[in-house]
Amino acid sequence: MNSKTLLGLPLMLTLVAAGCGGSAPAPAPQGQEQPKPSGGNAASAIDPATVASIKGKITFEGTAPANAPIKMNADPFCVSANKTPQTQETYMVGKGGELGNVFVYISDGLGDRTFQAPTDPVVIDQQNCRYHPHVLGMMVGQPLQIVNSDGTLHNIHAIPTKNAEFNTGQPIKGMKTDHVFTAAETMVPFKCDVHGWMNAYAGVLPHPYFAVTDDNGSFTIKNLPPGTYKLTAWHEKLGTQTADITLAAKDDKENNFTFKAAGGN
Amino acid sequence: MWLHRYAKLVSASTVLLIVAGGLVTSTGSGLSVPDWPTSYGWSMFTFPLRHMVGGIFYEHGHRLIASTVGFLTIILAVWIWRVEPRRWVRTLGFAALGSVILQGLLGGITVLLFLPTAVSTAHAGLAQIFFCLTVAIALVTSPSWNMAPPGGWRDDHTLRVVATMTTAVIYSQILLGATMRHADAGLAIPDFPLVFGGLVPPYWTPQIAIHYAHRVGALLATAAIFATAGHVWFRHPDRKELRRPATLLAVLVLVQISLGGLIVLTKKDVSINTAHVVSGALVLATSLVLTLRSHSARFAEGAVSPARVSAGMSPAGVRA
Repeated sequence: MNSKTLLGLPLMLTLVAAGCGGSAPAPAPQGQEQPKPSGGNAASAIDPATVASIKGKITFEGTAPANAPIKMNADPFCVSANKTPQTQETYMVGKGGELGNVFVYISDGLGDRTFQAPTDPVVIDQQNCRYHPHVLGMMVGQPLQIVNSDGTLHNIHAIPTKNAEFNTGQPIKGMKTDHVFTAAETMVPFKCDVHGWMNAYAGVLPHPYFAVTDDNGSFTIKNLPPGTYKLTAWHEKLGTQTADITLAAKDDKENNFTFKAAGGN
Repeated sequence: MWLHRYAKLVSASTVLLIVAGGLVTSTGSGLSVPDWPTSYGWSMFTFPLRHMVGGIFYEHGHRLIASTVGFLTIILAVWIWRVEPRRWVRTLGFAALGSVILQGLLGGITVLLFLPTAVSTAHAGLAQIFFCLTVAIALVTSPSWNMAPPGGWRDDHTLRVVATMTTAVIYSQILLGATMRHADAGLAIPDFPLVFGGLVPPYWTPQIAIHYAHRVGALLATAAIFATAGHVWFRHPDRKELRRPATLLAVLVLVQISLGGLIVLTKKDVSINTAHVVSGALVLATSLVLTLRSHSARFAEGAVSPARVSAGMSPAGVRA
């Protein structure tokens, strides 16, 4: 073999970057049901007559960065399912600065209380080549049901650091797969390696006190026992903020957060 | 002669395979087919083409090309085993077959383990070794391999040492690059040609260290290549079989450095990123050709002169 052979070898190349967009329906606030303490722990007992709640609004101050556009032409199905230009849903900012897709949760203050995970699954749906919802929460031990509602193949690839990583293929429309996280972790990223623009985040907590802000930037966390808590708000790009809050019996307190562009919190 | 042509085909197919592998990593498609050796439950060869969308196009395409190259390599190894009297060439054939099998296993394992850096880097490193084996087989089965050059066999100890060291440096540099690639450190230093505006990083992380090592390695590899090429240009200007790969090597390394810089400046453009992988393989293969030719006098026992060939005699030891 001489050098001419090497010179003559073809290079070919290509393509496709990702992109993404579009706004998913805002998920309903979570953690609203009366929590079920797990048995056997006296500290878990919660008096329903004294429970309190926290509500609030999260806003973005300043001009929100533009969401990155998504090019779905790598998959004809995705193109046909989305007739309008699509963008990532990183910054779900309303006209008044209301910030959606923020995960709000109690990060400290519950002591050694333990809570029984619901048996009803939390659902994440792959629909029109997007994850619905984009941000979600669940309890440790609660089933996560992964659904493929699309007429194309998806793989759902979770990349946790405290739980076991998994990568599940769902080649057929209507497929459902259940998964259970065994350790608390905020946040667990999900991605689809087939469609590089698809991403989602899940907060996995040992208790039911969490919520995801809706299109109005609002959240409500109910049924908290009286106490002093650390409330944390997480956004995928804007980082986290915390607040200390003390709840007396039957309190209905409000705590708002304001995010600025990254680094300006 | 046909064996040589077939070996060249296998080498060319391997370049195509490296292109496909480079595209898999450049597009981040390595886990788009989560199972192995099946693809979404289908056999690799019955997976419907209509489903080759998004990242699957790259990952499953890479698997199909790899399977084809593996099949071609089986034929190559058997062919060599049947017609090649030189034992060490037969060994090369079996080494190629063994490495392509191991390569396939590594590719599957890295998918099942979610692309750990060590396994993915080993996959990338073995790919280069397999490519070098196919190039070496193509070279040593060529009719010219056993023919004495016009000026007769001339052994140059210095050239042998410099060329061998250069090939080793290039391979080490490729391993560094593969580690950087699979550790996602390609943009750990965001500017080029400077490093955070200077010559040395102002702070260190593992990713910055591996990226910086790859840049320093590029300088060392370039110096080694020009030392080898310069030696050939000045000491062996009449030896076409050395001069051509030496010149090609010098050109390729300049292309390679340019592509490396462009990767940073374009923030890992897919085409440039992939071209850098392929160009690196071509630099290595060209250096290997030059190195093997620098050793050719030592393989010359039993070789024949052009006069014997023109008289109708086959080069000694080559039956095909």
